[in-house]
Amino acid sequence: MSILVDNHTRLIVQGITGGEGSFHTQQMVEYGTQVVAGVTPGKGGQKTEAGIPIFNTVADAKAGTNANTSVIFVPPPFAADAIMEAVDADLDLVICITEGIPVKDMVMVKTYMRGRKTRLIGPNCPGVISPGMAKIGIMPGFIHQAGNVGVISRSGTLTYEAVHQLTTRGIGQSTCIGIGGDPVNGTNFIDLLKLFKDDPDTDAVVLIGEIGGNAEEEAAAWAQANFKKPIVSFIAGQTAPPGRRMGHAGAIISGGKGTAADKIKALRDAGIIVSDSPATIGELIEKALKN
Amino acid sequence: MKIHEYQAKEIFRKYNVPVPNGHVAFTADEAVAVAKTLASNVYVVKAQIHAGGRGKGGGVKLAKSLEEVKTIADQILGMTLVTHQTGPEGKLVQRLLVEEGVDIKRELYVGIVLDRQLGKDVFMISTEGGMEIEKVAAETPEKIIKEWVEPGIGLQPFQARKMAYALGLEGNQVRSAVKFFIALYNAFTASDSTLTEINPLVVTGAGDVIALDAKMNFDDNALFRHKEIMELRDLSEEEPSEIEASKYNLNYIKLDGNVGCMVNGAGLAMGTMDIIKLHGGEPANFLDVGGVANAETVANGFRIIMNDPNVKAVLINIFGGIVRCDRVAQGVIDALKLVLVDAPLVVRLEGTNAKEAAELLENSGLDFLVATSLEDAAKKVTAAIKE
Repeated sequence: MSILVDNHTRLIVQGITGGEGSFHTQQMVEYGTQVVAGVTPGKGGQKTEAGIPIFNTVADAKAGTNANTSVIFVPPPFAADAIMEAVDADLDLVICITEGIPVKDMVMVKTYMRGRKTRLIGPNCPGVISPGMAKIGIMPGFIHQAGNVGVISRSGTLTYEAVHQLTTRGIGQSTCIGIGGDPVNGTNFIDLLKLFKDDPDTDAVVLIGEIGGNAEEEAAAWAQANFKKPIVSFIAGQTAPPGRRMGHAGAIISGGKGTAADKIKALRDAGIIVSDSPATIGELIEKALKN
Repeated sequence: MKIHEYQAKEIFRKYNVPVPNGHVAFTADEAVAVAKTLASNVYVVKAQIHAGGRGKGGGVKLAKSLEEVKTIADQILGMTLVTHQTGPEGKLVQRLLVEEGVDIKRELYVGIVLDRQLGKDVFMISTEGGMEIEKVAAETPEKIIKEWVEPGIGLQPFQARKMAYALGLEGNQVRSAVKFFIALYNAFTASDSTLTEINPLVVTGAGDVIALDAKMNFDDNALFRHKEIMELRDLSEEEPSEIEASKYNLNYIKLDGNVGCMVNGAGLAMGTMDIIKLHGGEPANFLDVGGVANAETVANGFRIIMNDPNVKAVLINIFGGIVRCDRVAQGVIDALKLVLVDAPLVVRLEGTNAKEAAELLENSGLDFLVATSLEDAAKKVTAAIKE
């Protein structure tokens, strides 16, 4: 089994005719994801080269194809609008890949989403994959393998590194989710731990955090009280200087808060296994699964 | 992005946030000329650098005459100001702000930032103005009062009043503070600021509330819609190698260590720095080359890394997903024909076509250390330094 995405996912690609959108649509289709529609305003009624119907609006795409999920490859100035359009169409899940959305726009999106049914993953994330079933986003499909470990991460390539360590040990993944590197995002660690808790086929979770904010500390406190499956965590940025944005908009130590040391302490205090090195995540999961 | 105090005060003026009269000066003569325009007999000469703690470092001085303005301006301009925020190397002062003196009755603090957990802007106010606010937050957190702003609705007058009373203001001061806070929030939100901070915020003898200091940082992702703010960027305040990197769309941050690193992705770049440190090395930089690791990008990365005289070894760590490792390997080989890398080079390529990449590197006849895993890469590069 898996969480969020599976064989029943019927996907809309917002921004399907753009460079990124068209390239990754092809990759997702090759992986076996059911991409049922694309949205590009002004190109409604046309089809992509692969024959995927294009609609002017998300609502039209949903009505025309019975889609339940969308992925967004729209440039940053228009991405918040694209997310709200998908929320307005009452999709179950929206995954926003776009990097560089102004934080004020995301604050507005979060406010708009209150009381609505749609879940948002991202922005500024690699997406979500349930190996063997559906790949939604930009991650390389072939490094994954179906299995019983869930992966939640604020990073992209560091997640691939962790997944690679699992797969080369013969440990598969139930679902891997990139929650994104921005300060304000749709879904946090706790939301996903709740889903993994109820997923009978997830036996352990990898949680990859980084400096900035206190999402890891909150997750640690929640997991201690509510989550009995083993968690192996790694926090990137132990050597990062304060006050500098380390690539991701959200990866910044400000006012002495959000340091790796604080996060590691909170996780360890909550009984979570913390890997000091990014190279030993797979090894520690293997041990945890045996115990 | 950061700007100078005088620039933040110009933005404040635009949004009717009260600030003392004053103007920027680049020379001592200009400083005197600015002072002449001020209806005051006490002047404040303030060093303009992108760091706090300027007063303690000797970068803020009072002058009681035009002659004194000139003497002080001469002293401060060209000095290297060291504060708790500049690091030991300090920062060269090239600009001054000359302002009228203010009759200070009380010193308070106000800051606005984004509360990441709640996804709302939050006002932080304190009666402990003029102090290091991080210290106040750590030692006496009860002295920092917070007020959250509802997105789309904005700061309401009752909230501004609540803050004014919490600061112990009375009578006319309350009215002045309410106007101030509402104007300040407008300035913050209209300019996509990520941090607006005034320390100290002062109450004058006449009961006015004004911004004696001003600090504004902005959301880099929102600068596309603020051309006027982008123009305020002062390149002389930034690390030259970082400016150079940004021209090539490389995300580079200079650090103090001796192991240069080039990585794709911010998280993996941080992780790579961490593992270097775990193996006894010190990272010389953060460098995220992003999704396109071709010969040009890699060559530019090498140029920037090798410009740092501290670099004794270089580690390339690329996890090829959509980017194929054999292409990256070819990029590295081609880049080495363009740029001289006279330090041990460890290359670790993993992911799509990793085997083909390893063969390319081995058959290139160039002097690489090829690593088979992240752990192996960290070991090899730290061993190379010790040799």
